[in-house]
Amino acid sequence: MLVIKNLRVAINGKEILKGVNLEVKPGEVHAIMGPNGTGKSTLASVIAGRDVYDITEGEIYFMGKDLTELSVEERASEGIFLGFQYPVEIPGVSITNFMRTAVNEQRKYKGLDPMPAGEFLAKMEEKKKLLDIQAKLANRSVNEGFSGGEKKKNEIFQMAMLEPKLAILDETDSGLDIDALKIVANGVNMLRRPDNAFLVITHYQRLLDYIVPDIVHVLYDGMIVRTGGKELAIELEEKGYEWIKAGLV
Amino acid sequence: MEKDPKNIIDEVTQSEYKYGFFTDIEMDTAPKGLNEDIIRFISLKKNEPQWLLEFRLDAYRKWLGMTEPTWAHLHHPPINYQDIIYYAAPKRKKELSSLDEVDPELLDTFKKLGISLEEQKRLSGVAVDAVIDSVSVKTTFSDTLEKKGILFCSFSDAVQKYPDLVKQYMGSVVPSDDNYFAALNSAVFTDGSFCYIPKGVRCPVELSTYFRINAANTGQFERTLIIGDEGSYVSYMEGCTAPMRDENQLHAAIVEIIALKDAQVKYSTVQNWYPGNKKGEGGIYNFVTKRGICKGNNSKISWTQVETGSAITWKYPSVVLMGDNSVGEFYSVAVTNNYQQADTGSKMIHLGKNTKSTIISKGISAGYSNNSYRGLVKMTKRAENSRNFSQCDSLLLGDKCGAHTWPYIKTENKSSIVEHEATTSKISDDQLYYCNQRGISTENAIGLIVNGYAREVLKQLPMEFAVEAQKLLAVSLEGSVG
Ligand SMILES: Nc1ncnc2c1ncn2[C@@H]1O[C@H](COP(=O)(O)OP(=O)(O)O)[C@@H](O)[C@H]1O
Ligand SMILES: [Mg+2]
Repeated sequence: MLVIKNLRVAINGKEILKGVNLEVKPGEVHAIMGPNGTGKSTLASVIAGRDVYDITEGEIYFMGKDLTELSVEERASEGIFLGFQYPVEIPGVSITNFMRTAVNEQRKYKGLDPMPAGEFLAKMEEKKKLLDIQAKLANRSVNEGFSGGEKKKNEIFQMAMLEPKLAILDETDSGLDIDALKIVANGVNMLRRPDNAFLVITHYQRLLDYIVPDIVHVLYDGMIVRTGGKELAIELEEKGYEWIKAGLV
Repeated sequence: MEKDPKNIIDEVTQSEYKYGFFTDIEMDTAPKGLNEDIIRFISLKKNEPQWLLEFRLDAYRKWLGMTEPTWAHLHHPPINYQDIIYYAAPKRKKELSSLDEVDPELLDTFKKLGISLEEQKRLSGVAVDAVIDSVSVKTTFSDTLEKKGILFCSFSDAVQKYPDLVKQYMGSVVPSDDNYFAALNSAVFTDGSFCYIPKGVRCPVELSTYFRINAANTGQFERTLIIGDEGSYVSYMEGCTAPMRDENQLHAAIVEIIALKDAQVKYSTVQNWYPGNKKGEGGIYNFVTKRGICKGNNSKISWTQVETGSAITWKYPSVVLMGDNSVGEFYSVAVTNNYQQADTGSKMIHLGKNTKSTIISKGISAGYSNNSYRGLVKMTKRAENSRNFSQCDSLLLGDKCGAHTWPYIKTENKSSIVEHEATTSKISDDQLYYCNQRGISTENAIGLIVNGYAREVLKQLPMEFAVEAQKLLAVSLEGSVG
């Protein structure tokens, strides 16, 4: 599904990713862990297509397509979703309106007619229930005045609405209390299917108690320095990142 | 060399009336230029009573003594007032046999605005099928109004049918010498709308010029008079979201609203006159004087405007709050793109006690355009315990455009409160990226963000207008980023 080969990325001449290799297959949940400032969000942004980064070397393929040839919105319509670490506020735009626009633009890309209003609203209701979201949230402006937890829940809600093939969740767990964390994890688990995949970026092992990954990668200083099963996350939690660092020297 | 205005007035008023040239009442069009003969010709053509001719001539003489205002933040080549045709009989537009004959660019815009095929035909002058001929719709509409005693017709008809009402109220809110463009309009206005809501009547439908029988093409020097008698209510809509083309470059309209005791008048405008091309060539110069007076106690006047068209917009819909406890409101979205210029805002003149006014202005500038808010809030000595709240926001798209805010506040009593807030913001790359990541193109993202920004104003519009206005905002800003 997603194939990244020897990816090198720089911003303003400073190299941040230094040769990343990664393959994600349908049905898999991958976790990417690593200390702050190591390049996790950069990797997510490059997959999503943000144009401030320079890809100096390497390839990114998604469903057999060269992603570097597609715009951010085309990648989204191809089925890539990014749950943001810091979701931005869009004053005056209701979540309902925002989602209807997004759903219909993605349908248009696929050559489909807009979703009938009734069907759309029914889908909103269904997904809200799934994520235990209060009805009034949908009438509020996108992320405006939301608490940290509400913002993250809203990201998962949008993911549920858009039904992506690959969902990248960038530190969705940060700033969440344990109840919110469970709701978010529960949402992800319910959306897991054999034909979609998740790339869960996290700083702590905590989230992985609830979303059990198939594969865990450790990103350190722009490189994936270790890959293993879910035990790797536990080991990392026990020994700390110093352990990885020591192993590199 | 310029003549002393006073001499001009004398010269003009004393000179012999040279009628001969214009005895041919059959003429459809007056020659270019403006003088007393032309005004007499217009008045004669319209079969007007003597007092109205005097009103026009008086306005014209005053106009001669006035100079074009230069205080607005607007730049344009000088207007040659002698190069304008001031009277042309309302022509039937040339009927086209199908939409294939219509300018494809216009059709494209219609499509983006989601205007129905039948409506597209009507707007572009294509002959319409007898079954859906709008005349029958309009007749039903008129019957409904008639039963309630509501008078709604063209200004010219009103002069013939209700001369007393017209005489009593015309010029009572906007005097003929109020300003340069108001004087010009008072001298040469051709037509417009008239509306009277009787005592205690709540108009059951949104009134719009679209439903006025025999609505002629009167864009250039339009004159509208709305009278809400005691305890009445009316919501009036002007304009439409479809792009309006007009061969006349200069527009100078007047709208007067009178709200008597306990009356409420809500006036909504969507202005989408031709803004000129991307290089700033062509486009309408729109100099409008709109004012309402809350004459009776507890009366209310609301202005809501969505301004997207015209090369130049000069317009300050205002309310004189004369009655105690009266309320004035102004909600505005003004979009400028390419080389458009807008200098718009509101005046709230508080005369009565416990009066309240609200100004919400949202300016959106893109391209090389200039967008100014100019407003005055005045609390006179008698206007005790009155309040105003003003919020003036500017949104900039790109870094070549300009936004300016000139709020003037005058308070002559201590018990009144005036609050003013202003912000300037930009659409951030992060917002666009966020939308893009959900599959929304940058163009649509801008439309979405801009509509969100203007929501407070758009929600004031009648339902019929609101949905179209939202699309219009997005279409007006197309190509402004990226
Ligand atoms: N827009 C940017 N401009 C300059 N430096 C950046 C930018 N974005 C990220 N960086 C730098 O890239 C490195 C990796 O950042 P990031 O990908 O956010 O790490 P992580 O998500 O793992 O905490 C950091 O040193 C950060 O300062
Ligand atoms: Mg990060």
